Amino acid sequence: MYKYDHYDQAMVDARVEEFRDQARRRLEGKLTEDQFKPLRLQNGLYLQLHAYMLRVAIPYGTLSSMQMHALADIADKYDRGYGHFTTRQNIQYNWIKLEDAADILADLAKVEMHAIQTSGNCIRNISSDQYAGAAADEVVDPRPYAELLRQWSTFHPEFAYLPRKFKIAVIASEKDRAAMRLHDIGINIVKNDAGELGASFYVGGGMGRTPMIAPLIRDFVPLNQMVTYAEACLRVYNRHGRRDNKYKARIKILVHEMGAEEYARQVEEEFAHLLDQGVEPPFAELERIRSFFQPPEFGTGLTEKADRSDPDFALWIDRNCSPHKAPGYVSAAISLKPVGGIPGDATAAQMHLMAELAKGYSFDECRVTHAQNIILPHVEIGRLHELWTKLDEAGLGTANLDNIGDIIACPGLDYCSLANARSIPVSQKISERFASNGKGELLGELKLKISGCINACGHHHAGHIGILGVDRKGTENYQLLLGGSEAEDVSLAKITGPGFNEDGIVDAIETVADLYLERREDGERFLDTYRRLGMDPFKEALYG
Amino acid sequence: MKILTGNDLKTGAVVWWDGSGWSIHITEAADAGEEAEAILATEEAARRVNSAYAIDAEQTENGPRPAHIKDRVRALGPTVRPDLAVPAVKKVGWDWVI
Amino acid sequence: MADFDLGTGRDDVQLRFREDEQASIAAVTVDSFLDQTDAEAVRIEPGDDARDLLPHLARLRLVEVNFPSYTDGRGYSAARLLREHGYTGELRAVGDVLVDQLRYMRRCGFDAFAPERPLDEADAAAALERYDHVYQAAADEAVPIWNLRHG
Repeated sequence: MYKYDHYDQAMVDARVEEFRDQARRRLEGKLTEDQFKPLRLQNGLYLQLHAYMLRVAIPYGTLSSMQMHALADIADKYDRGYGHFTTRQNIQYNWIKLEDAADILADLAKVEMHAIQTSGNCIRNISSDQYAGAAADEVVDPRPYAELLRQWSTFHPEFAYLPRKFKIAVIASEKDRAAMRLHDIGINIVKNDAGELGASFYVGGGMGRTPMIAPLIRDFVPLNQMVTYAEACLRVYNRHGRRDNKYKARIKILVHEMGAEEYARQVEEEFAHLLDQGVEPPFAELERIRSFFQPPEFGTGLTEKADRSDPDFALWIDRNCSPHKAPGYVSAAISLKPVGGIPGDATAAQMHLMAELAKGYSFDECRVTHAQNIILPHVEIGRLHELWTKLDEAGLGTANLDNIGDIIACPGLDYCSLANARSIPVSQKISERFASNGKGELLGELKLKISGCINACGHHHAGHIGILGVDRKGTENYQLLLGGSEAEDVSLAKITGPGFNEDGIVDAIETVADLYLERREDGERFLDTYRRLGMDPFKEALYG
Repeated sequence: MKILTGNDLKTGAVVWWDGSGWSIHITEAADAGEEAEAILATEEAARRVNSAYAIDAEQTENGPRPAHIKDRVRALGPTVRPDLAVPAVKKVGWDWVI
Repeated sequence: MADFDLGTGRDDVQLRFREDEQASIAAVTVDSFLDQTDAEAVRIEPGDDARDLLPHLARLRLVEVNFPSYTDGRGYSAARLLREHGYTGELRAVGDVLVDQLRYMRRCGFDAFAPERPLDEADAAAALERYDHVYQAAADEAVPIWNLRHG
């Protein structure tokens, strides 16, 4: 894992004092709320539906056990004993006091964490593959490149007041587990024919009210020019992105209106100029960062077979464990989606437990996924049963990764001031319905994603099944979407037709699930069947 | 009726104008009538409240009930966490929200 | 310590970080500037393209960059572009210039500030001195941390 040196530490320490001073000036009336708002947002502090909300950055989703313990302590000390893991691999707390915020940032700084740029119209926390450094299929660990970009984007003086927020994801495998092409910039670290590493840049993807899949802007940027290229991408956006309409201000609109080719041409022009400006870090810095991400000392001669005699455990292995590059290991997913639970929420006690398990079973490391679960990246197969037993006792042993119970849901109208409808109760009813009727397991991989408004924090456009909550004459109404994917087979879901009320949407999900079970062919996932059949039979089943 | 709501500047708590100050209990919300805009301006300027606004509500036997579901959720707390509901208004029940 | 003398500027300039005498010339719009071969001062609005000025940098003594709203960040790119292309005259941020944006503006090459509402001088000094280091290169002299690490 990356470790701060005295420079990194000084930066976050100074940020704590800067925010303490800004909050003081707000409380003293030297800053109006309008002036204070972007400052607090760039420190992750929102004014939400019930209180201030603090979003803490978890760069590329990686946490040490000490950091996870610290997050639990914050939940207990300053909040109401729980936190919510988000689709940007961050954590947010819902009941924060402005007068405590600087103290929380100080507690975070003690464990090399912060809330810098977790909101606001700036470059946000950089996300990555939750299996980085462990995945059997990766070209290289993508996190050093994400860390380099984290440093570059932190307090970037030119890009703090962009037209709109800016999200970057970095992956390094053909399989996309980070919704890379639905980011403002998606970077895939690839190897060219000569065996050299470089970065493919996809620019102008996103969800929100105008979902777009990012086009490839450049297929190979040498690693010793990657930061400069990113700088060029951002500069063209900062200069030409729309500022007349906040709903058209994301880079996806610029790339779409300008055309990907013209955007790429302007980036190349800026890039050529910036190459002479000393923007690129010394290559030794990338080497230094890489040294923190060396594989742990994996054991050898370990068993590669688990005892599957306990059917519940065997199911959990099949559902929640992923192949690892080291023999005798897997990556194990801790589902934060218990049946009827609140997706992504974890209590302080659960966070402490996950921290202990990361220490005991996974070389002191865990990961947050964009699907709001926690991964223990390096677990010995021979110790899985022991681990699962402990998880199960704490209500963390649900075997549902990527199936219909593993729902991504935004906080919705229960917590969010932008939402039009509640997301969480719908997700609870769906997970309960499919657990009790036994169909959840039959359905296999089925990614269901719920947003409580058009801003799409719940990624509904990218769900095999998506649900969008809307306000219909003052009551909550839910639109159904089918056919999206955030993975390497990326696609945007389409609306089926008129919306449903809360109970109606649960029935509608069961209707489309039943149609799939009836019509699927060998080995097809829900998404595959939908793609083969098209929308019509599903419409017919729903609306008759 | 017109009632006023916002958040406490320091704590962020949802608060309601009770005629002389800000209460965390919607049951104590007062009709601000014609005075709404003036009260909001004075209270914001004095930093006694943050991001306050006026909403329509109807008077019921349980006290004022906001016209919009968003403000009813604000009044009680997240519907999925009844354990965290604002204490004095728990008695109105969750049916009041939806 | 930041090397500046608060309140020494003329007219509306509250902060100035230059040794030379402040030019008393009025800035004209970019369109007028391009029409007049003798103009020495120009004012860039957010929608203007700073690149239009690049062929004329030699005759420029003052560039004002207007921030009608501090949330419109185009002026940061305009400033940095001018510095990267060799402009060395006064680069003045005017308009909705606030304490907490000063440091980023300095880093992008601004060396004079004419805020429409005067800044609290102690707060401004604190904001400019808050950080000892920077992560990335910009239009100032600050050496990025990654260069310091690899001396």
